[in-house]
Amino acid sequence: MSTAASLHQSRKRKNGVMMTLCVVAAGIGLAWLALILGALLYKGLSGLSLSVFTEMTPPPGDAGGLLNAIYGSIVMTIIGIIVGTPIGVLAGTYMAEYGRFSKLTTVVRFINDILLSAPSIIIGLFVYELMVRPMGHFSAIAGAVALAILVIPVVVRTTEDMLNLVPNALREAGTAIGAPRWVVIRSVAYRAALSGIVTGILLAIARISGETAPLLFTALNNQFWSSNLNAPMASLPVTIFQFALSPYEEWQQLAWTGALIITLTVLALSIFARSLTGRREDK
Amino acid sequence: MSAVQEALPAVRGSRDATVRRFALTDSIFHGMTRAAAILVLVLLGGVAISLVAGSWQALSTFGFSFLTSESWNPVTEKFGALAPIYGTIITSAIAILIAVPLGIGIAIFLTELCPRPLRRPIGMAVELLAGIPSIIYGIWGLFVLAPFLQTTVQPFIINVFHGVPGLNGLFAGPPYGIGLLTSAMILAIMILPFITSITKDVFDTVPSVLKESAYGIGCTTWEVTRRVVIPYTRIGIMGGVMLALGRALGETMAVTFVIGNAHRISTSLFAPATTISATIANEFTEAVGDLYTSSLVALGLILFVITFLILAIARYMLMRIDARTGA
Repeated sequence: MSTAASLHQSRKRKNGVMMTLCVVAAGIGLAWLALILGALLYKGLSGLSLSVFTEMTPPPGDAGGLLNAIYGSIVMTIIGIIVGTPIGVLAGTYMAEYGRFSKLTTVVRFINDILLSAPSIIIGLFVYELMVRPMGHFSAIAGAVALAILVIPVVVRTTEDMLNLVPNALREAGTAIGAPRWVVIRSVAYRAALSGIVTGILLAIARISGETAPLLFTALNNQFWSSNLNAPMASLPVTIFQFALSPYEEWQQLAWTGALIITLTVLALSIFARSLTGRREDK
Repeated sequence: MSAVQEALPAVRGSRDATVRRFALTDSIFHGMTRAAAILVLVLLGGVAISLVAGSWQALSTFGFSFLTSESWNPVTEKFGALAPIYGTIITSAIAILIAVPLGIGIAIFLTELCPRPLRRPIGMAVELLAGIPSIIYGIWGLFVLAPFLQTTVQPFIINVFHGVPGLNGLFAGPPYGIGLLTSAMILAIMILPFITSITKDVFDTVPSVLKESAYGIGCTTWEVTRRVVIPYTRIGIMGGVMLALGRALGETMAVTFVIGNAHRISTSLFAPATTISATIANEFTEAVGDLYTSSLVALGLILFVITFLILAIARYMLMRIDARTGA
């Protein structure tokens, strides 16, 4: 009897210990997020002023802002999205609508998942070999192409997933009134899956707006204002990389401020994207 | 509704012409989507081909010794990949050791212990960790974590293990703050959300009948997790871990900040080192001479091959779990 009681005690104790450890693990995860966001706010807010958005990146030792870097980031992100999104949506459409059970879809899904988690620096090397080396110089357009390649797998994945969720009865209703397949896809399937596809695009924007590695040797960097797509262009992440590793205090401060701007943008985008699909799941 | 409007004017015309037009536009759209899907395959093929082409010069010059040589000398143009490969594998391995127990712990917390109203916000907060760009981890690691480790944690550990054989080599000073262990810690934070969310997802695939019957014979929560949930989801957890490993191997910016970029292999975890991706990021734009650039692209090719294999295995495992729940 006493051994049974003590066994019971020890099992309960073990359970208690393990469950406490799980709570601690969750605490550590949340604490880490809080520590990073806290440091960003603490170090970044003090440098946040209007001049950050109105002045160019300064030479060492001078005051200045991040205007050309922010402009470059926005331009390359927009081009990346404009190039990458249609390709991603079309590929996702094929996989969910035309070739749902075809062999091609299985292979593309597998390869797309690998592209989704492939190291982004590899994409940078690819675009370097593809565009920078033949053209002979770094350029904003090469940076945008690298970002577009990162957009495609994210959009393909969400488009396919969301189209697969659209009930077949809707498509059958469309077909029954005599609409051809591509009209059914455009007017019925896309409309039903719209918020999911938009979520995918938002997540893709969030992902590429913080990417640094593929821009290092495609768009490079530029200390000056440049709107020439065929020339090197500054971007916020690359500027942060360069300024943070510099010995100058003003540059390091600007790096922190830039980091704060990127993080707030990215977090706002991903929370907004999640709330779009979240509402659907709750229903 | 608008499908009807689309079709209306057509009804007035000749039926045959309309059907032909529909068939034509549909096959055009079909072709476009199919071309886009094939483009995804071409992209990955293009990446592989361009990496092989770009690294050809280095590989033909150094041959197999590129993989086994530790020297990395731009002046004499002697390049070997051993030090970056070593750094990549060690940092990723330690990151996995730290992140897997934490990630599984958080998943157990979220599925078994957490009060229902808190599940979504806490799960979302952990997933936000995945959304933060890697350069932010880098700047935080360099300015916040590394100085903290340098002034408090590392001197303490070096003192404690000073006289212990084996461990005194592993934790040898001086405390730089940056180095292998710091990079591994940053990587662990970055891959934690992937492990957590995939583990949580596969935990949800366990049929509740299985869990209920275990609880029914008097098992504790830990025993149900240990004996029922984890064995049932083993493949899925392994897939998640491999996926996280793939991420850790290829992570660039965060590591570049805190690894120290030193091309040597040291037994101490506190020593500066380098990884494949950090070497490429640091040296690519400064590389002069075709052989130097080609050697860096060859490093990229090695990274591509390693991550491709790891990610392929991970996806295969996760597909098996998906197939089971779908059946």
